[in-house]
Amino acid sequence: MSGSEGSVRVGVAGGKRSALETRRYLFNIIGWLICGFAFLLIAVPLVDLLAVVIIKGASAFSVKLFTTNAIHGGLLNAVVGTLVLSLGSLIFAVPIGVGAGMYLSEYGQNKLGSVIRFLADTLTGTPSIVLGYFSYITMVVGLGWGFSVLAGSLTLAIMVIPYLTRITELSLRRVPTSMREAAYALGAQDRTVAFRVVLTAGLPGVITAILLALAISVGETAPLIYTAGWSTLGWNFHLIHGSIGYLTYVVWTYINEPSSKAHAVAFAAALLVMLVVLAINVSARTVLSRRQ
Amino acid sequence: MVSSEHKSPIDPTPEERRKILAIAGLELKTGLASGAGQAGGSKIFRRVMAGIALIIPAALFAVIFFLGAYAWKAIGFNGIRFLGTINWSLGNLYGNGVVSHGYKIEPGANYGILAFIVGTLASSLLAIVFAVPVSIGTALFLAEKAPTKLRPILSMVVELVAVVPSVVFGLWGIYVLVPLIAHVIGPAMTALFGFIPFFNMHNSSGSGYGLLAAGIILALMITPIIATTLYDALVQVPKELRESAFALGATHFEVVTKTMLPTARVTLIGGIVLALGRALGETMAVLMVSGGGLNYLPDTIFTPISTMASFILSQLDSALQDPTDMAVKSLAEIALVLFVITVAVNAAARLLVRGSRNVGQ
Repeated sequence: MSGSEGSVRVGVAGGKRSALETRRYLFNIIGWLICGFAFLLIAVPLVDLLAVVIIKGASAFSVKLFTTNAIHGGLLNAVVGTLVLSLGSLIFAVPIGVGAGMYLSEYGQNKLGSVIRFLADTLTGTPSIVLGYFSYITMVVGLGWGFSVLAGSLTLAIMVIPYLTRITELSLRRVPTSMREAAYALGAQDRTVAFRVVLTAGLPGVITAILLALAISVGETAPLIYTAGWSTLGWNFHLIHGSIGYLTYVVWTYINEPSSKAHAVAFAAALLVMLVVLAINVSARTVLSRRQ
Repeated sequence: MVSSEHKSPIDPTPEERRKILAIAGLELKTGLASGAGQAGGSKIFRRVMAGIALIIPAALFAVIFFLGAYAWKAIGFNGIRFLGTINWSLGNLYGNGVVSHGYKIEPGANYGILAFIVGTLASSLLAIVFAVPVSIGTALFLAEKAPTKLRPILSMVVELVAVVPSVVFGLWGIYVLVPLIAHVIGPAMTALFGFIPFFNMHNSSGSGYGLLAAGIILALMITPIIATTLYDALVQVPKELRESAFALGATHFEVVTKTMLPTARVTLIGGIVLALGRALGETMAVLMVSGGGLNYLPDTIFTPISTMASFILSQLDSALQDPTDMAVKSLAEIALVLFVITVAVNAAARLLVRGSRNVGQ
């Protein structure tokens, strides 16, 4: 499917085209121009978005920004909070997500497997605000945790587990069946085959999945607002009963404040989030496409 | 997106082998480890792994159960009025609670979400209208016309649009798109189509925040979903089909639109429905650019709106002021309605794109 096939021309008899052929020839050119334009319609906003965020965000970077908390105009507590919430969510999500992915890949070729697969996809499609509201009524209010790190992390975990599961499943499936058969032939138990053979061989894919999950939780806002709350102070090291700040909240609220100083901080926070998200996604996709 | 080139054309990947067999109506019975290790297999280990995997369905049912249980009173009080009226009012929060039809509420309280349902559907459908042509063009361009060397980079550009966090899209929307609508797109549309009241900016606040801004932002967010789904389907179209069309003298564009696109039609529709599911539930970006209109239906494309998702987020603080809790429970009912709609849409999409390699991101 190379571009050279595009040079196939409508039959040119005697160097002269009929009106119909000319029209088809023009249609071909116009059609491809429209397709190229469609690509630009999606590419240009991304480039503009990146340019705006990088230029406005980087110009707001300063030592003070990274060393003071939000109450003094900095982002220190938000950076720490985003790390705490995202890594906290991974503590819950990785064992469950990777475990479920292993189950689906190794033993999930049955009815139960396809039901779990379907429901995992359904959970992926559930709006994050619905999950946030669920956590609000169960954990924040029901269990009385209040706005807290635990409620925020658990909500993010529920969000990313289905992603982790499905990407883990896909990468473990790529491990050749012959490796499993060789291990079983040597008398290995299920556990050994699953963890020592399949998981080891598929580890790069699993790590990619974990990093992609991290990128998703770093960029989330909606499910955190009513679970993690917001604080302008540093984390009080409590798992429950204590709001915590995070970067995406800064982006959301500071841009609606009147002062241009607040806007600059919002862009700086957005740039930090984008740096994490882009670094993870670009490297993950480069690695994945090279492996294929 | 998966590159179409394999090392050897006669050596199908396991994935392709499975697909080929599936097309032939056969099933690959040697499914990885299943059945393989019966001798050395321990039932307990497999049960533990199944138990871990079952946490996912459990979480999903917990969401349904607790939202439903929490919203139960609101469902009883609101009845069908909930979906059919446009008046969302918390009532007189300083009055004493009154008992209406056996439910304790604030005087004058009424919870109708028709305006938000309309806002959700209107913004999502607008997004689909914008996104579908752009996605088709993008997918065709990437699959057929993009220079081979540039293709990985160009397709990564499209994929990166999908991973930009919602709140960053909202930020860009406020800073770039909303002013653009207020000063360029809006006046231009008014000048061209102003005779149709729906497209006339003078009939709205003219701030740029509103239905159109929400629709464009959503379109940007869902275009990669449709484009990558279609791209994956296009590169799987059998080579013979393309080649025979070329041999009949069709132009390249005719080959693509008249033979390849029809083959990928079902997958394309599946991708569109999947994208619709995403658009319906999108919260932050919509909240930031939609203008947050309450209690009226949009009468122009520039009118501020609220969607169900953005309304839940923006109203919880004020709903908490209601001492009878009916407002907070009604918000849970909105979440439940939104959940049911997105699940239905997603289930339809999964059935349509079954077999596509997308993980759903």
